[in-house]
Amino acid sequence: MAGRVDDHRGALNRPPRWFIGAVAAAPVLFITTLYAWPVATLLWTTMRHSTKGRSPFRDTGGIVWFTLWQAVISTVLTLVAGMIPAYVLARYSFRGRRLMLAATTVPFVLPTVVVGAAFLALLPNSWHGTAKAMIVAHVFFNIAVVVRLVGSMIAVIPHDLVGAARTLGASPARAARLIMMPLLRPALWSAAAVIFLFSFTSFGVAKLLGGPTHPTLEVEIARRATQLGDVSGAAALSALQLGLLAVVIVWTSRRQRRSAIELKGATAPHRPRGSRQRVLVGSVGAVVGVCVGAPLVALVSRSFKNGSTWSMSAWSRLGHAETRPGAGLGVDPLAAMGASLRFAVVAAVIATTIGVLAATAINGSPRLGKLLDAGLMLPLGTSAVTIGLGMLITFDTPPVDWRARWWLVPLGHALVAVPFVVRAVLAVLRAIPSDLRAAASTLGATPIQIWWQVDARALRRPLLAGAGFSAAISLGEFGATTILSRSGSETLPIVIGRLLGRAGALPRAQAFAMATILLVLTTVIVMASGSHEYLGSDDA
Amino acid sequence: MLDVVDVSVRFAQRVVLDRLSLHVDDGEIVAVLGPSGAGKSTLLRIIAGLWEPDSGVVCLDGDDITHRPAHLRSIGMMFQDEQLFPHLDVAANIAFGPRMRRWPASETSSRVDELLGLVGLVGFGNRRVDRLSGGEKKRVALARSLAPRPALLLLDEPLTGLDRELHDRLIAELADVLRATATTAVLVTHDRDEAGTLANRVVEWSELQSPMSGGTKYPTPPEIW
Repeated sequence: MAGRVDDHRGALNRPPRWFIGAVAAAPVLFITTLYAWPVATLLWTTMRHSTKGRSPFRDTGGIVWFTLWQAVISTVLTLVAGMIPAYVLARYSFRGRRLMLAATTVPFVLPTVVVGAAFLALLPNSWHGTAKAMIVAHVFFNIAVVVRLVGSMIAVIPHDLVGAARTLGASPARAARLIMMPLLRPALWSAAAVIFLFSFTSFGVAKLLGGPTHPTLEVEIARRATQLGDVSGAAALSALQLGLLAVVIVWTSRRQRRSAIELKGATAPHRPRGSRQRVLVGSVGAVVGVCVGAPLVALVSRSFKNGSTWSMSAWSRLGHAETRPGAGLGVDPLAAMGASLRFAVVAAVIATTIGVLAATAINGSPRLGKLLDAGLMLPLGTSAVTIGLGMLITFDTPPVDWRARWWLVPLGHALVAVPFVVRAVLAVLRAIPSDLRAAASTLGATPIQIWWQVDARALRRPLLAGAGFSAAISLGEFGATTILSRSGSETLPIVIGRLLGRAGALPRAQAFAMATILLVLTTVIVMASGSHEYLGSDDA
Repeated sequence: MLDVVDVSVRFAQRVVLDRLSLHVDDGEIVAVLGPSGAGKSTLLRIIAGLWEPDSGVVCLDGDDITHRPAHLRSIGMMFQDEQLFPHLDVAANIAFGPRMRRWPASETSSRVDELLGLVGLVGFGNRRVDRLSGGEKKRVALARSLAPRPALLLLDEPLTGLDRELHDRLIAELADVLRATATTAVLVTHDRDEAGTLANRVVEWSELQSPMSGGTKYPTPPEIW
């Protein structure tokens, strides 16, 4: 036994190596089969087709240019609009602060079709199908990114650091420009990268609000794949998009890289002092409340309207697949709800299982873990339509002809959800003091017993949060589902998207009604599972 | 020079300062001695203009500056945990005040050199501040607060957090620098030796309370927490 102890010197409390290997196997298989292979197939398809015939990039210059500039404008406007609530939430403690924090977070967890539908309900008809409607919705959606990423940096800049600048003769504006801004720059860059990524690959919001006249690259890829049947053209655009995103991610991560700055001093949020601060907090709170509330209120109230009159008809006819006898709706709202819920449960189970296994492996083995962690994050940097398209063209020949299998859709959802589970679980695992494990081992527990007694116990809350967030992602997922969806098992977002494409007041009101259901379902699941508390709390 | 008259501060329901008064003459170095949590830092922040009192008056050279913003007061402050600007090097930290007051560049750089010499950090100008030792950080903080020639310097527990030997050495240096620059200063500390070494005059926290104010001198622990 003495020899055994020697063999594991320095890693006494770590699980044995075979255990890590066994735990890592499933996540590795998951990411290679469902992500790496499809993306490789997609790139290979593009290379094979680009050598012959006409270029798939014909007529796409305008689309790429539009996608780019709307994403840049969305990013800049979100940063500007988000700084003020981020500052107020980080600096002041006041009644209603938690509510305001929740209000700025909620839009981010809402399905994109719900955001799109809400702005269709709110904005006048003249705005429908315009770039400005899209950009407004992008800002609404992404404010949470600024509040979380930049806010957490503002929160650790000591009050006295700005105070020091003030006593040295800097006016409030100069102190903000010369002290706050340089310290916030890394956080601003990472927020900008995330917002740009979401706006550039915007699908649900772009499709519903930009309309057919303002397609983003993502919308165009889906159109080619599903409506024109031009899969290789779609694949080529996906490859182009992957390349552009890689360039942006590398560039921004270069810009945000910087040695950690050590800051100390009082940073706790304080009550607003004096009338100026009270007015600031009060008015920012009011503006946030109105901006978050207005689209959602418009959505719900428009579901109770038929044309210009109040009516319950949209709701009362949700159970019928026909608008009136003989005139079919072409979609079945209740069946879609059933399919959505089924997919959500399956996706949540898969994502939490894979996520916990992956987090355990990552925590247990620093070197291999880093690689696995990075690999699992890749789907987040890939657009949803690309993921769906890759799976579609990969799993179409035996023995992997899975296109008609219903479980392909929730697997795609889980792919996007796993990184969130990993982050939530990893944060908790890393927070367990290693002395706790050491104490357990001195009491005679084997490494596996330690894992079960110490680690597994602490995981209950992040697991619940991860499962809830996975379910919410699955419920709202639109891009990959659009590509992979089979008729007969449409999800809620698919049906909402179709209804909004119809003419007439009733389909539109029904779309708003179903978006309301999706809104309530998502909000309840996220709040009940506590997953909003883990957003942006990652240590990576 | 400085007159603080009947200043009161409340945070939410809690009274932090209750009608405090303090007078400082030109060229004086006054130490205010009181226990931790008594509100000493709050008093300095009010003199510096970082916080406004709920009532009372602050006068500098006969002018009422109670509502004048901090950057227009010419009152320097050395903070308890230095608060050096982490993104600027040592020289840029020291030059910050002169730059804010729009001194000519040549004058600023000669002032920086002068202060680096005064605090014994010649050749440190290009160093990053997060690579400095605890004592070096204190010296930079002192140099930075003196650089724009403030009419009055406030020192908030300037030497806490150092080991005993360094502490004693720095006290002597600090005293020399303050005398050499003929700086008028208010120092708050809980360390009686520190107060005695640095100041011409030591006042107890309890003496600042106006005779008319109510009985409570120090907040009791339940009030602090």
